[in-house]
Amino acid sequence: MSDKDNDIIVCRCEEITLGEIREWIDRGYGSAGEIKRALRAGMGPCQGRGCQDIIMREISRRLNIPLDQVEAGSVRPPVKPIKIGLLADRGE
Amino acid sequence: MEWKNKADVVVIGGGIIGTATAYNLAKFGRKDVVVLEKGAVCSGSTGRCGAGIRAQWGTEMNCRLGLACLDIFEQLDDELGLPTGLNQGGYLLVAYTEKEFENLKKGMALQNGLGVKSRVVSLSEAREICPALDASDAVGFTYHARDGHADPFLTTFAYLEAAKRLGVAYFKHTEATGVTVKGDKAVGVDTTRGHIDADVVINCAGPYAQYIAKLGGIDIPNWGERHEALITEPVDPGVCPPMLMSFSGNYYIQQRPHGSIICGVSPAGHPQDFKLRGTWQFITHMSGVLKKMLPSVKDIRVVRHWSGLYDMTPDGSPIIGETDVKNFYHSTGYSGHGFMLGPIAGRILAQHLTGGNPDIDFSKLDYRRFARGELIIEPNIT
Repeated sequence: MSDKDNDIIVCRCEEITLGEIREWIDRGYGSAGEIKRALRAGMGPCQGRGCQDIIMREISRRLNIPLDQVEAGSVRPPVKPIKIGLLADRGE
Repeated sequence: MEWKNKADVVVIGGGIIGTATAYNLAKFGRKDVVVLEKGAVCSGSTGRCGAGIRAQWGTEMNCRLGLACLDIFEQLDDELGLPTGLNQGGYLLVAYTEKEFENLKKGMALQNGLGVKSRVVSLSEAREICPALDASDAVGFTYHARDGHADPFLTTFAYLEAAKRLGVAYFKHTEATGVTVKGDKAVGVDTTRGHIDADVVINCAGPYAQYIAKLGGIDIPNWGERHEALITEPVDPGVCPPMLMSFSGNYYIQQRPHGSIICGVSPAGHPQDFKLRGTWQFITHMSGVLKKMLPSVKDIRVVRHWSGLYDMTPDGSPIIGETDVKNFYHSTGYSGHGFMLGPIAGRILAQHLTGGNPDIDFSKLDYRRFARGELIIEPNIT
């Protein structure tokens, strides 16, 4: 992919573009976790379901390392967003 | 990056303390600095913290460190060349008993004497500061407008990028496995990537610092304590502009500039198990606290929850300085406040190690204070 794709939004929750992701990969951050921490890509309501694979593919391509050696981000609970009121009442 | 087998200074730990120390060392003239990080950048305590920054402390030392750190944070974006996400909405401390309120006011008198402009606010003013607040059962509040929070990730990356520009080498996924001591001096570090000679070794390993200390034959009474936090989906700003915190109420709640609310409580039993997982007990209890404090948030969704480790000391104050092994330094034990104190901690230790006069005399933070019984007990921690 060329630089003309830089405006493509990869993380839709946080509106992070491919260009921003490439900038941080080029600074030496080659894991999904680091890109997430630097840009919030994958920290929104979908928790990276939409963007993590794309980010890992871009890291693999840009740093020329096999995709299965790219470190994935952590999966954290809850699996889907839950209302505070619901959690609070369940806890009582 | 190619491994180096020799450095002027080796910093063990690549969180906020390690990166701020390395950056300041390079800035003040030590050019050959190496940082060792056992995981990826910001994978430890810094990246898991509650992000608060305050000068409302209960000991003179922490007040001085906290206030000096606010001065640094207020110009840090310019100094480092990247944003740190600083948001100064103040800290609003909530007391639920007369005794607790008296303690807050005692702390405030100490703070005021040291230049921290904290003050008592009424319930109606507290509601102006934090519009969604329901604290009708509170007895009193103190507030300091310059307190607030920043982004721990962005701040660490900013320090690291600035340090790299000054020639600092940062090795990720590189764990220290030994500290080489010859005679009475530290002379190097063994790592999972090989040995490195060093003139100075600094232990910035946070909740693992006691293990690193032991590698060099030094005993420190530190421990890691697991705390949990959660974050909500982003909502309109203005729900909780200050960091809302109570020691007896056992909570902190803040809203980041992008709209998400981050909050935590101190865990029952204060687990020391290094298990970085979230528990169902926390997420339900925390949601109950949120619903009580900020009733309007009940329909906001929790998107993520995690845990991290406080790097505890017996008195809740940090350890900074040289050990009985010469050239083996410590900067650790911030007891859950390493992010907010990191910028000043890195600066004063670097000043000391480059022949300068530290902005704040940290000799009282010597680890031998525990053996001497000269504890600096910090009452204002959750």
